[in-house]
Amino acid sequence: MNAVFRTILQRLGFGVLTLFVVSIIIFTTIELLPGDFAKSILGQSATPETVAAFQRQIGLDKPAPVRYFDWIVGVLQGDFGFSFASAGALGGGQARTVLSLVAPRLANTLFLASMAAIIAVPLALALGMLAALYRNSLFDRIVNLTTLTSISVPEFFVAYILMLFLAVKFPIFYSLANVSLDTPFFERLARCALPAMTLVLVIVAHMMRMTRAAIINLLASSYIEMSRLKGLSPWRIIYYHALPNAWAPIANVIALNLAYLIVGVVVVEVVFVYPGIGQLMVDSVSSRDIPVVQACALIFAVAYVLLNLLADVVSIVTNPRLLHPR
Amino acid sequence: MTNAPGTNPDQANAAAIAEAAPPLQQRSRWQTAARELRRAPLSAQFGMIIVLFYIILAVFAPLIAPYSENELVGVQYAPWSDEFVFGTDQLGRDMLSRLIFGARNTIGIAFVTTLLAFLIGGSLGLLASILGGWADQILGRAVDVLMAIPLLIFALVLLSIVGPSWINLALIIAVLDSTRVFRLSRAVAMNVVVMDFVEAARLQGEGLSWIMAREILPNILPPLVAEFGLRFCFVFLTVSALSFLGLGIQPPAADWGSMVRENATLINYGDITPLLPAAAIALLTVAVNFVVDWFLHKTSGLKE
Repeated sequence: MNAVFRTILQRLGFGVLTLFVVSIIIFTTIELLPGDFAKSILGQSATPETVAAFQRQIGLDKPAPVRYFDWIVGVLQGDFGFSFASAGALGGGQARTVLSLVAPRLANTLFLASMAAIIAVPLALALGMLAALYRNSLFDRIVNLTTLTSISVPEFFVAYILMLFLAVKFPIFYSLANVSLDTPFFERLARCALPAMTLVLVIVAHMMRMTRAAIINLLASSYIEMSRLKGLSPWRIIYYHALPNAWAPIANVIALNLAYLIVGVVVVEVVFVYPGIGQLMVDSVSSRDIPVVQACALIFAVAYVLLNLLADVVSIVTNPRLLHPR
Repeated sequence: MTNAPGTNPDQANAAAIAEAAPPLQQRSRWQTAARELRRAPLSAQFGMIIVLFYIILAVFAPLIAPYSENELVGVQYAPWSDEFVFGTDQLGRDMLSRLIFGARNTIGIAFVTTLLAFLIGGSLGLLASILGGWADQILGRAVDVLMAIPLLIFALVLLSIVGPSWINLALIIAVLDSTRVFRLSRAVAMNVVVMDFVEAARLQGEGLSWIMAREILPNILPPLVAEFGLRFCFVFLTVSALSFLGLGIQPPAADWGSMVRENATLINYGDITPLLPAAAIALLTVAVNFVVDWFLHKTSGLKE
């Protein structure tokens, strides 16, 4: 158990380091802003006093390392600073915190992403294993061709096709996923049906292909052939011999694709006008509301790093060589 | 792909045949290529025809398109008719003409971006594999860091700083995507760098650029070419996604991603026009994938 523990600690340490570097990169982006940025945010009519106040507010009067420290301490406490969109109101109006913009939308995005993941993961694993077990059969070929096509098309194409057929031509689902905080749970599910379905279609294709490849790789190894030649039942081979070694690649496949979900969610939210963090990020990029962009990017990047870390940890914990050291 | 079919392991035999019957040897490169193309599977041939079709559209866009790119020719959202084959868009511009000009803009930018990504990633990857040591470590860690953030998210952050325009888009995506090229070219080049002929070139006193371009590059070309196809698809989809989000290629330039967004309202009336540019994107990606699949199969088969 000691070896497992040590390897996990190493991975966690590396994960924390990665997060630190990612936070530095995202922080540094604000340093790259051109000097007259305050003017372009506040408008040409801004007085020198407002510009100075604005620069003080985003802390441009202090050296960069100090600002990074202030920023990261704030972020760890959930304080991402103020949205630039409200900077015009510096004269005395109420400035909106980034947190108040991001928090409700983060909840929405997590809802949509978990809905998609709950459907996609079991479906993809089952399809992938079936395709691997019956490889080169008609089923395998059809699944292969369908998934190759669906990973080649843009997410918004899938989204609009579903919208056209399942919401406009045959009005089964809502075409727009405009939910609010007080939408009841089941109505929320119904409104999220199409975006979730799009995400499922996009990630199932990837996940299924990777599962199939991982399982085929495993079934081709010589110890599996040995157990088959011994005359073991297929169920026994899969359950006792293949599965212990399959957990690591399967965990990797799941984590990689949940990370892929992050990218898909941005486009899908825009198509279905879903009030999630992806849409907030796109809007903030257009209005160049840097603090909000930073917060969203940090959340996406942290989710991405954590998912990859989780996959690593799972593959360490389930590694038979580490679990049963000689 | 340009290997002559006569290079089989039975060297002595091949040499004997060469002496006995010289006219059989040496097909020209073009003949070999044509032969391979005829033998390609149906999916690859289909892919190549589609790709060729797109290239022709992109190059001869002004000659093929019935109207110009930004000319207002009719009412807004006109239905499909003889005059406007696919109707008109939200400003009254001919949809078909914009689709054709879109081929030029969208594919052109994706192609230039991929090329740039390969120039940056490929040369740095080769450099890292030849120099090894510190240079390799530094480049490797830098790439690890860049890859710790999802590409689309990173691109969004950078676009919010520099503002959206097609040049910014191409540069940002080229730099971010070059990390993937770096990984691949470094990995394949590593196997070649340790070979004796590279050592010989070094002892002979050849410079770094000679070793990179003349000794190593020719030996790692097939996997890089296949990767070019795959990276092109990825870049093409990313550029389209960003344009769709309104942060890529800016109006009034015709571009498939933004055309989907601009005309999306038509979907609610059951009109499939907005799906045409999206379908154009999908068809090209599928076609390129088919060709790459075949090419990968082909080159890995020849290496054995």
